[in-house]
Amino acid sequence: MQSETKSRVDQITSPAGHPVSVLRFEGDIASTSKEAVLGTYQALPKQTTKLILLDFSKVDYINSSGIALVIQLLIEAANSGQKVFAYGLSPHFTKVFTMVGITKYAGLFPSQQEAVAAL
Amino acid sequence: MSGASPAKAKATTVEVRLPSRLGYEKVAMSTAAAVAKLMGFREDRVEDLKTAVAEACINAMEHGNRLNEGLSVGVVLSAGPEGLEVKVIDDGKGLKTLPPKPDIDRKIHGEEDPRGMGMFLIQALVDEAEWVAGANGKASYVRLVIRLDPPSQ
Repeated sequence: MQSETKSRVDQITSPAGHPVSVLRFEGDIASTSKEAVLGTYQALPKQTTKLILLDFSKVDYINSSGIALVIQLLIEAANSGQKVFAYGLSPHFTKVFTMVGITKYAGLFPSQQEAVAAL
Repeated sequence: MSGASPAKAKATTVEVRLPSRLGYEKVAMSTAAAVAKLMGFREDRVEDLKTAVAEACINAMEHGNRLNEGLSVGVVLSAGPEGLEVKVIDDGKGLKTLPPKPDIDRKIHGEEDPRGMGMFLIQALVDEAEWVAGANGKASYVRLVIRLDPPSQ
C-alpha cells in the first residue's frame, strides 16, 4: 500500500567549490524506508562527504516513522561532522519539519539552486 | 455519505474500516481530505488533517491493535456546521498518560528515541485532540476536531 521509496545519490559541487552529495528520494518516506534513507546515507564515504543535501521534491507522503529516519540520519551526520541541508519539501512538510525542530539541524530551502547557493 | 433530512441534520457521517496494516492509513487520509474539501476547508488545513488522521490510524494499528490484521481500525468522520470530527477507533486499552512533547535536542544527542512524534503532530495540527479509553478495555479511540473557522490566535 505504501509506495516504495526510491533513492539515488548525485555528486555536485557548490559555488564555493565544495563537493556535495545529493540524496534524492522518491515515493513515500515511512517505516518501510529505512534502507532507502539510512542505507543510502550510510553508503556514503564519511571521510570525504561533509556536505549532504536531501532532495524531497518527489516525495508526497512523510509520516512520523519517516521523520524518525531523517532524525536518525541527522544524528549520524552530527556524529560524523557532516552538515545536512534539505530542499523540495511541500509547504505542509516544511511546517511539520519546523514543528518537530529538524530545522535546528538541517537548513531547509525551497529549491536545489537556493540550497546550493547557501552552502 | 449518509445524511439525514436537513431539518434534523446536525452532521453527515462517513465511515471507513481499515485493516491493521501499515500503509492503509492512506485510505483514511484520502477519505478525510475528500470530506474536508467538500466542507470548504482551505488546502493547508486539509494537509494538516491528512497528517493528523494518518498518525492517528498508525497509532491505532501499531499500539491499539498491535498490527493484528484480524483487527480493524474504524474511522468515523462527522461533518457538522462548525467543523469536522474524526474518531479513530481500535481494540486497544487506550492511553493512561500522554507522552511528553518530543525534544529534538535530546533526540539528536541520543537521550530520547528518534521516534514518538505522532501524538505531538496530531495535537499540533488539529484544533482538538482527545484520547478516550474504551469502557471494557476495548474500543478506545482518539477524537480529532478541525473547525471551519478557527479562533484567531
